[in-house]
Amino acid sequence: MIQWFSNYFTYTLFSLQAGTNIANTVNFFIYDSIKIFSLLLIMTLLMGVVRVYLPIQKVRDLLMHKRWFGADYLLAALFGAVTPFCSCSSIPLFIGFLGARIPLGITFAFLITSPLVNEVALALFVGLFGWKVTIIYALSGIVLGMGGGYVLGKLKMERYVADYIWQTQISDGAVTGGRLENILSQVVREALGIIKKVTPYILGGIALGAFIHGYVPTGYFEKYISADNFFAVPIAVVLAVPLYSNASGVIPIIQALVAKGVPLGTALAFMMATVGLSLPEALILKKVMRWPLLAAFFAIVTIGIIGLGYLFNLLLA
Amino acid sequence: MIIKILGSGCPSCQKLEANARQAVNELRLANVIFEKVTGYADMARYGILATPALVVDEQVKLFGRVADVKEIKAMLQPNDSMVQ
Repeated sequence: MIQWFSNYFTYTLFSLQAGTNIANTVNFFIYDSIKIFSLLLIMTLLMGVVRVYLPIQKVRDLLMHKRWFGADYLLAALFGAVTPFCSCSSIPLFIGFLGARIPLGITFAFLITSPLVNEVALALFVGLFGWKVTIIYALSGIVLGMGGGYVLGKLKMERYVADYIWQTQISDGAVTGGRLENILSQVVREALGIIKKVTPYILGGIALGAFIHGYVPTGYFEKYISADNFFAVPIAVVLAVPLYSNASGVIPIIQALVAKGVPLGTALAFMMATVGLSLPEALILKKVMRWPLLAAFFAIVTIGIIGLGYLFNLLLA
Repeated sequence: MIIKILGSGCPSCQKLEANARQAVNELRLANVIFEKVTGYADMARYGILATPALVVDEQVKLFGRVADVKEIKAMLQPNDSMVQ
């Protein structure tokens, strides 16, 4: 149905010649846009409902009051996945968690998974790569958060957290998230707000992806980055760190790159590094932690992503 | 009444402040002081987990999202004058 619609637009309405580069590009753009925005609407509404019943302050209280016998890391990472990520919120959250005496490692598990796995990223993955890759991606984001958080927790680096955070006294239950007069309208409003915010990035990403689909010859990248090039994954990850982007812009582009011959594991590692590790984010985090901890955080997540990249290339080849 | 907007100056914080100011104007509230809290150490005292946040007379009314004018008006009104 969507294909019929985009064909109609491309060949009938814009009367583009079938088979030409421009026709392929336009067709791809329309098809992907419709599919992704439908999925995005479903996912943001679903996650919105989850958040009504599991707001962030409840997550904090759960992690604060109960002993979960090591499952804390899993819980924190899972919560990170259902929470929408905004880099402007990572600092208050970091302070709020540590102030509530949630251990540093568990806080990091949340912080690592949150930008990687969220409704926008998942909607894009389902739309562009299908369910199998989406599940693999979501699982690896959660595993990365758990593993990274666990290692960072074991390093006992609490002394590198800015001192004022430890002096923060947070009484639980003091905060109310606002009154929910009408849950449904609240969820819809939030979903539309999220979609509105990411739309320019997604359209930009899809446009660039569609351009690659239409104009770059198949197998073009294989010459440069192939699965048997051992250094391709680390190089992709290191290149990605200075780039700053949110998941919504990068995913359509890497999908196009994969279609043109970049191995999936390498592409996913690149994407995870762009989203999960970035210099602007480091500068923000510098306000609440000192260099040794920040460096350890970056190093551990980088190593984790490189490892996942190799694993994907092995499993999905 | 002291209204504090907590946030690092991101677009949503500015939007929240604009909405709060409009709500104050529409309610014709007098003696309202607006304050911006941008330091993370100061924000931490309120126990918020996401920005932006709206604090009215030291009470956290909302955090993590931008409320519209109507919603803020409801927050600013004392409970006994809710009936109109």
